[in-house]
This record gives sequence, structure tokens and C-alpha cells, in this order.
Amino acid sequence: MPIDIDIAHVARLARLALTAEEQDRYRSQLGAILDHAARVQSIQAADAGVGHPLGFTNAFRPDAVTPSLDRDEVLRMAPESRDGYFVAPPALDQES
Amino acid sequence: MNLADITIADAGRLLSSSQASAVDILDAVLERASMTEAELHAYLTIDRDGARAAAEASDRRRASGDAVGPLDGIPIALKDNMCTRGIETTCSSQILAGYVPPYDGTAVRLLKEAGAVVVGKTNLDEFAMGSSTENSAFGPSRNPWNPDMVPGGSSGGSAATVAVGSALGAFGSDTGGSIRQPASLCGVVGVKPTYGLVSRYGLVAFASSLDQIGPFGRTVEDAALLLEAISGHDPLDATSYRGPTPPYSADLEQGISGLRVGVVREFSGEGYEPAVESATQAMVDRLADAGAEVVEVSIPSVDMTLSAYYLIAPAEASANLARFDGIRYGLRVPGETTEEMMARTRAEGFGPEVVRRVLLGTYALSAGYYDAFYGKALQVRSVVQAELAAAYERADVLVGPTSPTTAFEVGAKAQDPLAMYLCDICTIPSNLAGHPAISVPVGLDDAGLPIGFQVLAPALGERVMFRVAAEVERLASFDARPAMARSLV
Amino acid sequence: MSRPGWEAVIGIEVHVELLTDSKMFCGCRVDFGSEPNTNVCPTCLALPGSLPVPNETAIDWIARIGLALNCEVSPVSVFHRKNYFYADLPKNYQISQFDVPVCHDGWLEVPVGAETITVGIERAHQEEDTGKSVHVGDGGRIHAATETLLDFNRAGVPLVEIVSKPDISTAIEAKAYAQELRAVIVELGVSDAKLEEGSMRFDANVSVRPEGASEFGTKVEIKNMNSFRSLERAIDYEIIRQIDSIEGGTPIVQETRHWDEEAGVTQGMRSKEGSSDYRYFIEPDLVPMEIDDHWQSRVRAALPELPATRRSRYAGLGLDPHLAEVLTGADPGLRDLFTATIDAGAGARAAATWVTGEVTAWLRREDKSIESSPLDGTGLAELVTMIESGDLSSSAAKDVLDGVLRGEGRPREVAASRDLLQVSDEGAIESAVDDVLSANPDAVERYRAGETKVTGFLVGQVMRATGGKADPKVVNRLLGEKLT
Ligand SMILES: [Mg+2]
Ligand SMILES: [Zn+2]
Repeated sequence: MPIDIDIAHVARLARLALTAEEQDRYRSQLGAILDHAARVQSIQAADAGVGHPLGFTNAFRPDAVTPSLDRDEVLRMAPESRDGYFVAPPALDQES
Repeated sequence: MNLADITIADAGRLLSSSQASAVDILDAVLERASMTEAELHAYLTIDRDGARAAAEASDRRRASGDAVGPLDGIPIALKDNMCTRGIETTCSSQILAGYVPPYDGTAVRLLKEAGAVVVGKTNLDEFAMGSSTENSAFGPSRNPWNPDMVPGGSSGGSAATVAVGSALGAFGSDTGGSIRQPASLCGVVGVKPTYGLVSRYGLVAFASSLDQIGPFGRTVEDAALLLEAISGHDPLDATSYRGPTPPYSADLEQGISGLRVGVVREFSGEGYEPAVESATQAMVDRLADAGAEVVEVSIPSVDMTLSAYYLIAPAEASANLARFDGIRYGLRVPGETTEEMMARTRAEGFGPEVVRRVLLGTYALSAGYYDAFYGKALQVRSVVQAELAAAYERADVLVGPTSPTTAFEVGAKAQDPLAMYLCDICTIPSNLAGHPAISVPVGLDDAGLPIGFQVLAPALGERVMFRVAAEVERLASFDARPAMARSLV
Repeated sequence: MSRPGWEAVIGIEVHVELLTDSKMFCGCRVDFGSEPNTNVCPTCLALPGSLPVPNETAIDWIARIGLALNCEVSPVSVFHRKNYFYADLPKNYQISQFDVPVCHDGWLEVPVGAETITVGIERAHQEEDTGKSVHVGDGGRIHAATETLLDFNRAGVPLVEIVSKPDISTAIEAKAYAQELRAVIVELGVSDAKLEEGSMRFDANVSVRPEGASEFGTKVEIKNMNSFRSLERAIDYEIIRQIDSIEGGTPIVQETRHWDEEAGVTQGMRSKEGSSDYRYFIEPDLVPMEIDDHWQSRVRAALPELPATRRSRYAGLGLDPHLAEVLTGADPGLRDLFTATIDAGAGARAAATWVTGEVTAWLRREDKSIESSPLDGTGLAELVTMIESGDLSSSAAKDVLDGVLRGEGRPREVAASRDLLQVSDEGAIESAVDDVLSANPDAVERYRAGETKVTGFLVGQVMRATGGKADPKVVNRLLGEKLT
């Protein structure tokens, strides 16, 4: 089946700012790869495992406090920080 | 004899009989690096001062009789997607250029505790996405057997250091063959352990359900010693195996008489180089002569596993790489809004192969396509697990080539993602099933390029895997060294 | 409040922050008072290579919540990744649950005024909180913000999301459900559930449809209500807004709207770009959770008495619904005092009235806790008996209680030392009555002339003569006898 790809939508979901030229290139490359990948659709319905390849379950940690990182070390990694905060440009979305 | 060309086992003997010091071995390895790096670019970072300090500390321990084990004083290289406190860890990506982790990954910590001397961080395909180590933001690595050729990937840098002698052992990560394939192309031993055997804490994730850290050694014994040092339960990794981890080097002399060796029918035919096919068949015959019961087994869904892998791995990667957003660390490309800043940072910070796979994975998970792609891929995964389980009813280990081809020229497949993806056809099933597998060099093709032979085992079957691999190594008696190293001896 | 011919369909989503010592997937401290970005580690900052490991106590607690809400606990449940980019979401995916939540299909009985409604619980699932964004700029108005400050101390705090079925049809029911749910959460001791501090957060899904219609209307999600009152106001507003909109010919669009407390209106939010498709898939860094029968019964056995049970227990003791409700919501110490008081022989009604009335008022006034006060059940029972036997006037009883609470002794001792005991000895009162009558012949005259209201004056005189301690009932009787 020919695979339709709304590359602009996918790029937006993936938070990637692509030029029109890049979008065209990736659309055709993805098309080729997905044509090949579409082979998986010929599999007889089998149930897909829900977990660890070896079937492990119940890995927990006790509710115990362990040391946190030093804030100066943490903020030193940041592109921008001030007054103990990471700083980012204003959010477009209002949700918080 | 040049100390850069010895095995870890030999080094251990020289160290304990004080015929050589850790500093002597480190100096030999650093000298080898300084003579080969310009051509190979296997390392992204060489930590001379840190390594020297570690080597001196090791010599002091030994002098006071406190040597901590077979790796004490052994110079090793780490793939640059393993977090090292205080040493830049970039994953060969612009988005992490200059990033210095505030912590050591568990495997790195265990290696330091075992006395190993970390020489530096090795080159890889960006975020381990590739099979040639060409997709590095800092330039490709080259194959020590022929610098016109790729070393394989994504752990090509680590494989090259062990092949050429700029480290005695090295570590990489294997998501779809990223240890075994470069080991095969560089003529060294490479191991992908059972999923969960080695902690992933501190390994920058590519595809969490497939990634495993594993060793490169010049011999099967070295690889076993290196794996023993890092395997075991880690409370910081919820997927980590909680059982005991036996000494993998214990059964290396056992031989293989009575073992059932399954030859995977699908690992041959179209796309497989004749030299690879004949070397594989020759080794199978030798194994039979050595007392193995050879049976033919089938993994019918092999060609589908490649497709499944190239949906599952990118899907997981699309989420694993979402954290690189220009806010807490790494590259930031300015933007008017947070959204714009993130999108620009990611588009500029990620290379083309990473962008391609992030888009691919995002698409495979997106509404309307999940069932047809990701969902189906998961079904293929459980089918191949069932097929392997059936194969292991009839065989103790499975064998075949590690890679359909020997090393190819730099640039040969750079423009054809699909052709590149096909390099992983023999290695992917073990990752999808979470099983261990090892690549052992068994010969050279007409061009003088190494050929790897793969031994696959069921989950937690490392002991029998190493036992068979050791026999393969004896039968192959492969002692060739890359011209680049030979000329220096 | 709705409008004739229309009915509203309401579902409530609640996020509750668990008060565990450490975060959901790492060992960082859960503490909302800390300096920004001091409770962070590789995992909750999403540093490359870090991994999550679930907090076992949090899983224990969500099972506790689920069982308290009569849910089924899934024998096997898994975590999923919910993918969306947001500055205060470090991994840019939230570890949450999708098709196999820990708890599902429960119900909660909610008292609404006199009657009780049953609200179905769709699911309760485990997830992690985000960090906090401070949108600075023009008076903190987001759309005028010039930058975002980010604090990740809250990132990774265990969050339980409880989703009700759309069984709610009025704002009052919604408020009652929210209040009852909070009471349960607080009783379970798993969260401080403070609305104003955001440790308990409500979203409401509201739709309207013509009365009796079978299919649902288009639902709108309302956010940002941080008090029960604003939850009620927001829903009331939204119901009317939707009805007006439809009647005005504008169909409802599915959207998320923000409640503006000052303006008292809900407002559409700009679409969350790129977040419309969460691309859920199983979290490969975690393994499935098996909560077996043994685990479940251990949790069930540790469940405390829940508000509904207590409410009906109190009603069974003869308390009217209001008193039962007030006492149900009272502090544990006060509820224990009530129980001890009736155990010591006092009537339930009197005991409850004193505990929830005078005692509570005094403690609040003096800013004291019942645990630290000398008042116990036998003491309060003694006080109640003294009133019923007429030894204390109810006004004097308040003084006695004050004395007891101040540690002046047992009620009788205090009554004596503060000289508040009522005189009901007839002899003493009779002589006082005689004195008053002979001292006020004119009053007696007017009474006999039919001006009976002067008895009030005469009673007052007798009370004054006895220093207010005479039992008014006795005084009245004697006066009556002597005047006729
Ligand atoms: Mg939620
Ligand atoms: Zn943390």
C-alpha cells in the first residue's frame, strides 16, 4: 500500500523545525523505509508482549530519600539559568 | 613484544609478576593511539591525565598487595554514550557537545571499582544510530584493517581501539548489532549480553527495550573477563536481572563435544558475500569434526524482524530523545517561544539519521498508524521469540555469520538508509528476543578484511555461548593483526 | 443550577499528590518548601542515561485509594509513556498509565444534602507530576510573559489520577463528590490534599443535552479550579454558557477552558500545539506490576474507617444527619473524645453537641489541641450529667468547661471553686421567695389584679437574691404556689 505521511504534522509532534526542502527529503526517505517496514503487516495476529523480554515483574525501590544533586552543578549544565531557576523563552501554551 | 598488542589475560600475568606496570601498559596504549588516531579517529576524547592517575593508583594497589582483580591496571575504552562523571559524553551529537555528566553510569562505576584504567571515550554513530560510525557529528571512524573502509557501527570506535591496540579492551552498546557487527568488521571479539544482565543506568538510551552494554576483547577469554566485571543486578535499573551471574570464563576449556549446534537456515543466500558464506560453512564443518552435533534450524520471520526492529527502535528513540530540548543541558538554539526554541534546537542539534529515525518512530506511534506499524512490530517480536524458543528445543546454541558482508567503503551506503539497515539482519533477532550473542573473528576475505562468526544462545546462556565461542576461536586460530598495528610492532 | 428542558453530564478528574518521603521514580525528597531545583537528580531532571525505578510505597498507596473507592485492582498493570513536549516536563513524556491502570471500576457514595448519590469511579492510575513553570513578565500574565522560570523540585512527585464516571448532573453534586473524595484521601493518610496548594487538583468534564436525550453533548474540559467553591461556580457557569451557546445556534466545540476566578467565567485556552496525539506506548524502562491477592489483602486489612461508614455509625447512635456530618469531619482527637464521652455514660446527642460546639469553639479560640488538653471523656460526661441533673445551668456549664480545659480540675471541683453550682434546695429558695414577696407588696397586688407578667420581675428578684444559682424551675413553681 502507498503510505501517506503528513510530514509537517509528524515534525511538529517530534518538535523538529524542518525546512520545506528537508520535509520533502524525509517524506520520501520515510516512504521507502515504511514500504519495507510494512512487511510486519503480513504477520498472523499474535499477542504482543507487554513487558520485559525475559518476563521480569515487580521491580520497586523502597520509599527512601537519597541525596540530590548540587544545584550549582545542575544549573552549570543549563544554557540559561538565574536565581536558582532554569530559564526558557515564554511558553506559547498556557497549560502549566 | 609491544604491550599494546597483548591480551588482558597476558597483561594480568605480566602485572602480577611485575614484569610490567599499569603505567607501562598505558603508555604503550597511548603511544599506539597517538600513532593511529589521525587516521582512525576511534576516540572522541582521550583522558591522558585521568588515565595516568588511575594507572598509578593501580600500581600502588598492586605494590601493597591490594590489586582488586583481573582488570586492575588494564587500559580500556568506553563508547561515548556511557556517562562518565567529569568526562565529556556526547553520543557523537552536536546536541550534547560539551556535555559533562555529573555522574558515572553503573557499568563505568563497576569498571573503575575493578581497577580498570579508562583511556577515553570512543566515536559512534550519533546516539548509536547506524552501522558504520559515519553518522558522527565529529567525523567518521576508520577501519584499522583498511582506512578506506568503515569499522562498522555503531560502536565502531570501540572496536577499532581494540583492533589497533589503542586499548586492551573496550565497551560498546548493542541495540541491533552495534557491538557484534563492528567486532566482525574489525576482527575482534564482541558480546551482546542477555537483556538485563548489564545495568543500563548511565547508558544514554537509544531503544530501551533492546539496548545492552557489552565488551570488545581481542580474545574470547578477554571478553568474558570484561563482561564479568560489569554484569549483575543494579537497583537503579528496573529491568536489571536479579539472579546470580556465573563466571563466564569458567568453561572456556570445556570443548563442545555433545553440544547441539543449530545452523540458522535464513542467515545465508541473497546479500551474503561468498567469502562470508564459505567461512561460516567451514567453521560449522570444523565444529562438527570437533564433536558438536550440527542441526539445521529455521527462524522463518527473520526478514520481518528487520522491519519490526526499524519500527520498534525508532519508536522508543522518538521518546528517549525527546529530553534533548535545550532547557536543562546541551545545545540551545534561540527562539521566540519555548516551542520554537525546542524545535530549532532539535533540528540543528540532531544529525540526519537521528532526525530520520525520530520522525519514523513518531510516525509509527501516531494516531491512525500505531496498529499498522508499531503494534504489528510488537507482534513480530513475540513471534520471533517463539521461533527462537522452538529452535532452542533442538539446539544448545545457534550459529551463523555476524554480518552478511565484510567492511565496506566509507560513504558506500551513506546515501541509502535501507542498504545500511540490512547490515543488521543477522544480529537483530537476539536483540528482539533479549538473548545473548557473540561475534568471533574466523578469517579474512580476499581483500584482507576480517570475517566474524556469530554464536547465539538463549536468555542467560552466556556460559554455553562463551564455551562454544572459545572452541570457535581455537578452531579458527585467527591471529592476524591489522597492518596498521603490525607495522608498529 | 441548570435550565428547564436541559440536563448536564459531568465527570470529574482529580490529581492527588502522594505525600511519600521520596519521589515516584527516584530518591529525591518530596518537599514543597525547598529552594528551587534543590530536590533534583539525574532521573527527575531527565539527564541522559538516567532510569526510573518505581516507589513501592506509592503503589501501595494507590492500591489503598483504589480499595477505598471500591475499585478492582488489576492483578497485572503496566506503565506507559505519554508523549508531549512541555518545558516543565523533563523527559518530554510523562510516565503514566493507559489501558491497564492499577485501579478501575469502583464507586463512591456521596451525601448531597439529605440524600446520597453514587458516583462511579472509572479508574485510578499512577503517574508523576511535572515541574513548576513561573511565567514572568507583564504582571505574570502568561500571554504577555517574557520568559519562563523552571523549578523541577515537583517533577516526579507521585501523582494519582482519579477519573469519575459521568454520573454527576449538577455543580452541587460535583462539589459534594469532590469534598467526599477529599475526605476519603485525607482519611487514608496518603496526601495532605490541599486544594489551594495544588496537592489536590480538579478538572471537570462538562456537557449538556436536552432532557432525556440518550447521546451525550460535546464535552468541554474545565481546569484551574482551586477551591470547592470555584469548582461549583465554574461548573454552574459552564452549564449555562453551553446552554446559551446552543440555544443561540452556536454548537459546542470540544476544548479545554480555564476558570477565571476573578472574572467568574471560563475562557478557551490556546490549543496545546502538538499535544493532541500522545503516542502512548508501554514504558520500556519499567516492568509490569503484579499486585497479587496477598498484597491486596494486606492493603485492605490496613484500611481505616472511611467517612461514609463513620457517618452511618454516628447516625445509628441517634445523631441527626447534620450533627453526624459535622462530627464525621471533626479531628480524630475530638471524635475520640466523643466516643469516650458516650462510653462514660453521656447521651450521644449531648456529647456530640458539646464536642462539636463549645469544646471545638474553645480550642479554636485558645488555639489549643484536644490532645494537649486535660479534658477527657469521663470529664465531659460528668459535665453533661451535671446539666441534666440540674446542678448546672447551661450558661454556668460553659464556665465550668472553660475551667476544666484550663486544668482547674474536674467539672464538680471547678463548679465548686468557681461557685457555679445551682441551688435546688427548696428551703433556701423558699425563704428567698418569701423575702422577695414581702419586699414587693405592690407587685403582688398587681399580679393578683391580673397583671401576671410581673412574675418575670419577681423571678428576677429571687435569682438576684440567690446570686443566680437558684434553679429557675423551682423558683417559678414556688412563686406560682404562693401567689395563688
Ligand atoms: Mg494525568
Ligand atoms: Zn530525583
